[in-house]
Amino acid sequence: MTINWFKYASPAAFYPIAGRLVPVFSIAALGLVLFSLYWGFFETPERLGGSNPQKEYYRIIFVHVPSAWMSMWLYLVLAAWSGIGLVFNTRLSFMMANAIAPTGAIFTFIALWTGAFWGRPSWGTYWDWDPRLTSELILFFMYIGFMALHSAIDDSRRADRAAALLAIVGLVMLPVIYWSINCPDPNNCAALHQRSSLTQIESNILTAMLTMTLGFWLYSFATAFARLQGIILTRELESAWVRDMVSGPTPAASGG
Amino acid sequence: MFQVFLCILKRDLTLALRRRTDVLTTLFFFVIVVSLFPLGVGSERELLRLLGPGVVWVAALLASMLALERLFAADYDDGTLEQLLLAGQPLSLLALAKITAHWLLTGLPLVFIAPLMAMQYALEPVAIGVMMASLAIGTPVLSLLGAIGAALTLGLRGGGILLSLLILPLYIPVLVYGAGAVGVSVIEIADTQPYFYLLGAFLLAGLVLAPPATAAALRISLE
Amino acid sequence: MIEFFNQGGYAFFVWGAFGMTFLLLIAEILLLRQSRRTILTRVGRLARLRAQQPQPAEPASPQPEHQT
Repeated sequence: MTINWFKYASPAAFYPIAGRLVPVFSIAALGLVLFSLYWGFFETPERLGGSNPQKEYYRIIFVHVPSAWMSMWLYLVLAAWSGIGLVFNTRLSFMMANAIAPTGAIFTFIALWTGAFWGRPSWGTYWDWDPRLTSELILFFMYIGFMALHSAIDDSRRADRAAALLAIVGLVMLPVIYWSINCPDPNNCAALHQRSSLTQIESNILTAMLTMTLGFWLYSFATAFARLQGIILTRELESAWVRDMVSGPTPAASGG
Repeated sequence: MFQVFLCILKRDLTLALRRRTDVLTTLFFFVIVVSLFPLGVGSERELLRLLGPGVVWVAALLASMLALERLFAADYDDGTLEQLLLAGQPLSLLALAKITAHWLLTGLPLVFIAPLMAMQYALEPVAIGVMMASLAIGTPVLSLLGAIGAALTLGLRGGGILLSLLILPLYIPVLVYGAGAVGVSVIEIADTQPYFYLLGAFLLAGLVLAPPATAAALRISLE
Repeated sequence: MIEFFNQGGYAFFVWGAFGMTFLLLIAEILLLRQSRRTILTRVGRLARLRAQQPQPAEPASPQPEHQT
C-alpha cells in the first residue's frame, strides 16, 4: 500500500487531522497518567531495600524519570522534524518542530525540579553537579535557545529555517557536551560506565514508571498537535480555507 | 581557491587594523573580567590557584563571544556580504576566511596575554605554558562554533544577547577540557596529553563542519 | 489517609515534585486552550470584516505571530 505522505504535508490538509487526534491522545494520556499514579502510590512498596535503600521519596522517580526521558526524546523529534523541513522544504515540518519545543522545555524543567526534590532527601542537597542533572540543564538551555531564536526573527520563513539549523547543530553538539560533562577527566572515565539500574527494579515500580512515560508521551502528542493547530491558524490567517472553515463556503459572494 | 581565502583574510585584517579599538576592547574586556574575580572571592593564593584555570577560560569564552557580534555585522550592513554570496566562490571558504581573521584578531591576542593573567592567579610556569597551548588550540574552536550563531542572529535586534544564549552552551566541551588541562598540569604534566588530543579533535571537527554550517546559516539569514 | 498524605515524613518532597509536575502540565493545557480561543476569535473577526466588504481593497496586514 502506498500513501502519498506529501498530501498531508500541507497545513490545510493536516489541520483537521490534528483536530481529530487531539482528543484521542488527551483521553488516552489522562487514563494512563491516572493509572500510573494509582499504581505508583498504592501498589508499590513503601520503601526500597537492597543496595540502594530509599524511603517514600523514591516515588518521585515516577515523574522524574519519565519527564527526563521525554525531554530527550522530544529534542530528538524536534531536530528530526527540523532536518526533514530543511531537506524537503516542507512548512509543516517546521511548524511541528515549533509545536514540540515548549512541551519539551516543560518536561526538561520538570525533570530538573523533581531531580532537585529527590536529591534533597537522598543526597542531602537540592543541586549537585551530577552529570545527568547537568546535561538536563544544558538541554533546557538548548530548548530556550531554539524558542528564543525563533521568536526573535519576524520573518517566519527565516525564523523556521534558522531555528531548524540551530536544532541540528545542537543535536550534533549534545553528545559531545554530554560526554564532556560525564567525563571531565579523560584519564579516568569511570563515570561513563554507569550501570543501568533498570534490571533490578521491582516490576510494580517499573509498571508505574513505564505507564507514566507512555502517558507523558501521548500528552506530548496532544499538546503538540493542539499547538500545531494554533500555529497553522496564525500563519494561514489570510488563506481561503481558514475563511471557509469559519464562515462556511461562500461560493457566490467571493469573487475569486 | 586558496587565493580567494587569502584575499578575504587580508581584507578583514586590513579593515580591523584601521580600527584598532575593536581589537583592543576585546582584549581589555578579558583582562578586566579576569582581574575582577580576586576582588570578588578574596586574594588567598591557594584559592586563586584553584580558580585560575576556570576563570581565565570562562573570561576567554566571554571575550570571544562578545567579539562574535562584529564578525558579519559590518559586512551585512554595507551589503558586502550579499556581494560575497553572489561571488560564485564556495561560501564556506569565505566563511572560513572570515573566521580565521576573526580568530587572529580576537583569539590570538588572548593567548599572548594569558601569561600575565595566569600570574595574577599565582599559577606555576608549567601551568602557564599549558594554559597558552590550550588557549591556542581551544579559541579557534570557539570562533568556529560562534560563527554559526553569529550568522543565524545576523541583523536581529538584541542579537548580542541572543547570540550568547545560543552559543554559550555549545562552548562547554572546550571549556571543560581547556580548563581541565591547565588544572591537571599542576598535578602531573604527562596527564595533559589526552586533553590536548580531545581539543585537537574538536578543532579538526570544527574546521570541517563549522564553515558549511555557517554558510548555510548565512544563506538562511540573507535570502 | 493522613498516613498516605504524610508519605513517611517526606510529604514536602513527594508532593512538591508531583505538584509542580501536574501544575505545569495543567497550566500548559490551559494556556493552549486560551491561545486557541484568541486565535479563533481573531479569525472570526477577520471573516466578518470580509463579509461586510465584498471587495476588499487590500488584504489586511498579517498580524504579528503570537505563540504560547
